[in-house]
Amino acid sequence: MTTKVSLTVNGQRVSAEVEGRTLLVQLLREHLRLTGTHVGCDTSQCGCCTVHLNGKGVKSCTVLAASCEGATVTTIEGLAPEGKLHPMQEAFREHHGLQCGFCTPGMIMSAVDMVKRKGNDLDERTIRRQLEGNLCRCTGYHNIVKAIQAGAAAMKRT
Amino acid sequence: MYDFSYHKPASLDEAAAMVSGRDDFKLLAGGMSLIPALKLRLARYSGLVDLGALDGLKGIRRQGEAVVIGAMTPHAEVAASAEVERAIPALAALAGGIGDPLVRNCGTIGGSIANADPAADYPAGVVGLGATVVTHRREIAADDFFLGLFETALEPGEIITAVRFPIPEAAGYCKFPQPASRFALAGVFVAKTAGGVRVAVTGAGPSVFRLADAEAALGKNFDAAALDTITVRADGLNSDMHASAEYRASCVGVIARRAVIQARKVRAR
Repeated sequence: MTTKVSLTVNGQRVSAEVEGRTLLVQLLREHLRLTGTHVGCDTSQCGCCTVHLNGKGVKSCTVLAASCEGATVTTIEGLAPEGKLHPMQEAFREHHGLQCGFCTPGMIMSAVDMVKRKGNDLDERTIRRQLEGNLCRCTGYHNIVKAIQAGAAAMKRT
Repeated sequence: MYDFSYHKPASLDEAAAMVSGRDDFKLLAGGMSLIPALKLRLARYSGLVDLGALDGLKGIRRQGEAVVIGAMTPHAEVAASAEVERAIPALAALAGGIGDPLVRNCGTIGGSIANADPAADYPAGVVGLGATVVTHRREIAADDFFLGLFETALEPGEIITAVRFPIPEAAGYCKFPQPASRFALAGVFVAKTAGGVRVAVTGAGPSVFRLADAEAALGKNFDAAALDTITVRADGLNSDMHASAEYRASCVGVIARRAVIQARKVRAR
């Protein structure tokens, strides 16, 4: 049994026919072909699938697509206008906040959510604690933390 | 995950009617336990009834000498609530330590206690504070609510609408998280209330339970040192690959002391 779900993704009105069990991440990747959002563990632990749902960071592998009727979703593709980088993306580039890059979209979406909740002036301890829901299997946390600290400060300036 | 029909009722009555007499239908709150369980095929339902549109079940308010938290209020909101921080800071801290920030944006208090995971944090707060669980049919005292492993006093189709927490004189919550899952290997909520001291333990047994010896000792002297006289018995506690029952019993004693120290610190502020 499918139902129609209509929502706004990265500023665009979209709709799709989904099953009850269809996950938000499947809607994004398979129906809308927005493959920047990754599926790592598929068990709501790694945070690679993090997107913003109505302005809040969520793990899109653990949200039903059907429950997003009327919602506003931002993915890594919609964080900055085409051809530009968001200050947090720029900070990850600048500070080499990635190794293989698989966890990066989730890290960046989670980092932007963190700034919304905790402000622009973040110390290392806060960042590490608030990053609990995102795993980097390259274990490249050191530069990720540095990038988030710089990106948070840069978001204040822009 | 097997497929199911998805329903999003606009009112509590409509939601109650949808699940009434349908044990193959399940209520969906924040989904942070239910969706993973469905994905792992630990559970299967023919229909899910999403409570996400019921705004009346969301929010936090002060009601006399109690704080009332709507069943669909996410953990992040409880953790960041100035009202909860003022009245019961230990409860705000508990909510802020559940899962991770992304999980806290979705997971709800009603969903957590209805699920009654043996290692969940909220059951310790609900029992430790002697809260009242309000459903669309009745009110259930915390001591009568949690019956066992993933088992509560909720009847089929009964919907939690809110949890009412009496404001204690002092309270503290401390947990020892299992390093991989971050679920409580042992978590203890201690509260000094009008009706006496309450000590509730999560993570260590098949369900949240009270520690009568510790309550009596702390009732005489609300100080961590009072717990030196009691022994936590390992009988009936969980034993698994992460920790033996004896280890958990030892942990409960240590964590209980830390919870008392926290409760005293907050009171001194």
